[in-house]
Amino acid sequence: MTQQPCRQNIVSVQDLSKSYQRGAQTVPVLENITFEICEGEFLALMGPSGSGKSTLLNILAGIDKADSGTVTVGGVDISSLSETDLAQWRAVNVGFIFQFYNLMPVLTAYENVELPLLLTGLSRRERREHVETALAVVNLQDRMDHYPSQLSGGQQQRVAIARAVVTDPTILVADEPTGDLDRVSAEDVLGLMGRLNREFGKTIIMVTHDPRAAERAHLVRHLEKGVMSDSGR
Amino acid sequence: MAIPFSYSFRNLWTRRLTTVLTASGMALVVFVFAATLMLAAGLRKTLVETGSPDNVVVIRKASQSEVQSGVDRGQAAVIETQPEIAVGTDGRQLLAKEIVVLISLPKRGTDKPSNVVIRGVSVTSLALRPQVKLVEGHMPRPGSSEVIAGQSVAKRFKGGGIGETLRFGMRDWTVVGTFDAGTTGFSSEIWGDADQLMQAFRRPVYSSVIFRLRNRLEFPKVKERIEADPRLTVEAKRETQYYSDQSEMMATFLGIMGMTLTFIFSLGAVIGAMITMYAAVANRTAEIGTLRALGFRRRSIMIVFLLESLLLGLAGGLAGIFVSSFLQFLTISTVNWQTFSELAFSFTLTPDIIIQSLAFSLFMGLVGGVLPAFRAARMNIVEALRTS
Ligand SMILES: Nc1ncnc2c1ncn2[C@@H]1O[C@H](COP(=O)(O)OP(=O)(O)OP(=O)(O)O)[C@@H](O)[C@H]1O
Ligand SMILES: [Mg+2]
Repeated sequence: MTQQPCRQNIVSVQDLSKSYQRGAQTVPVLENITFEICEGEFLALMGPSGSGKSTLLNILAGIDKADSGTVTVGGVDISSLSETDLAQWRAVNVGFIFQFYNLMPVLTAYENVELPLLLTGLSRRERREHVETALAVVNLQDRMDHYPSQLSGGQQQRVAIARAVVTDPTILVADEPTGDLDRVSAEDVLGLMGRLNREFGKTIIMVTHDPRAAERAHLVRHLEKGVMSDSGR
Repeated sequence: MAIPFSYSFRNLWTRRLTTVLTASGMALVVFVFAATLMLAAGLRKTLVETGSPDNVVVIRKASQSEVQSGVDRGQAAVIETQPEIAVGTDGRQLLAKEIVVLISLPKRGTDKPSNVVIRGVSVTSLALRPQVKLVEGHMPRPGSSEVIAGQSVAKRFKGGGIGETLRFGMRDWTVVGTFDAGTTGFSSEIWGDADQLMQAFRRPVYSSVIFRLRNRLEFPKVKERIEADPRLTVEAKRETQYYSDQSEMMATFLGIMGMTLTFIFSLGAVIGAMITMYAAVANRTAEIGTLRALGFRRRSIMIVFLLESLLLGLAGGLAGIFVSSFLQFLTISTVNWQTFSELAFSFTLTPDIIIQSLAFSLFMGLVGGVLPAFRAARMNIVEALRTS
């Protein structure tokens, strides 16, 4: 895999700190973290359990707030957005891929993928086109009327990926996307993510414990005791 | 755009057992609620239909019903001189001097006595009540110990059928006819000749004078004149008003009792709905976190759960109304508290009652759902997502 030159930073983190209060004790989780992510990057974030990977990812995705520092994504300083604006921003800019897929069990694959589009102004017809395209990318057009319970774990994760990309977001965030999958399904999902990155130029930030998953990324960063170390490959 | 309606609906469907149980609790309350209103409506309908807006009932001042009233022959004669009284085709005034006595008669089957209204009528009495029709036999002949019975009396009282004999006022009375008075209060009466009944009960005075107006708009005028006449100590009421006044106390009592029951039951149903909705919120914490992460606002989450709870209420309301509609086939007999006579009437379902019951069930759904929906909407995204 060849490393492309960085044209533009899509994510820029400055002096980010976050700590949790545990009783009377303050437990620092992230300490003065500063780094950038290039547009079109496929970044793997690794590190021991409890090192703050998920916390960092959640802050980049705009579902958690830092104590201090600035986070700029796609030119927007999200650390200064109000809750309502942040929700709106997420709907447009972030695609989520979760460890346990997090599909709505009562909605079909089609309806699950359509869900984020309900927050856009698209017409029903336009939504249908987008959903069908997204399901085609993950190769599940023939399963669109299936409910999550009628799909395998790998298929569910592919539906979740379709849901993440259907709005064409600025960044894709994935927390342990293969953590709940068998080897074959994991390969499948990783292959798909690699394709999204290569063919569609998606910027992906993936938290993982799995070295095989990290191999697919262009860049691996390690987080240890709240401090980020660079270890580009 | 909000989270689709089908998301709320299908979640209820997915946990059908809980949904059915919770909705059943609400249905029970709506049933009690609707039944109370239907009872009051039935009672009111029966009593109000008993009267006609063209008729005027004259009774002694401050006597709430004919049973307590007394109008002597002299006063009756004064009332007869009023010019507003209509005249029938036979040239006679459409006016009846009646006597109403309450007696106790044994019921069929049980032998248990119950109160019945005996009405002493004159020849014009039938003409004054178009809602009363003789269906069998003939009218009591003046000067005879003959009576006719309303269908409800004929059916439910011993000796009330045609050809049978009733004993009261120290005499035997032959039932020579049955009359149909629909759902009006007359169905629960026995009619006989006024003079014969006055003799039998040793009552020298009439209970009431009833007359038809030439023109119903003349009522205020005649009322004022009658009530101002120094020779009279009476009051004049439109017949419809007279009977609706009688239903008032009963309807109020039923209302208070029914609403108390409804209130107590509804606390249970609302708590039931609340528990169900809290459980739903707890079970779907990860889903809530996901929806929020995707960009749905707190308000959307709130609406989802309120909608679910409202649907629960609606289901309960529809079921409760459906079941209570069968009450219409039931005839209730109760004591008319004003006259202490038996009164037969049915539960009556009106469009108003349906609307009120549905509104009430939705209200219960709303009250039961509001706290759980609030909890769902207030969740922290990251913490909610961690529960998966
Ligand atoms: N709400 C919270 N209250 C207190 N401490 C918290 C809270 N959330 C996270 N932490 C702590 O913050 C630290 C970082 O958590 P985080 O979930 O980011 O770790 P992680 O690197 O993703 O771990 P893992 O690999 O196990 O998922 C942990 O020590 C955790 O206990
Ligand atoms: Mg984690």
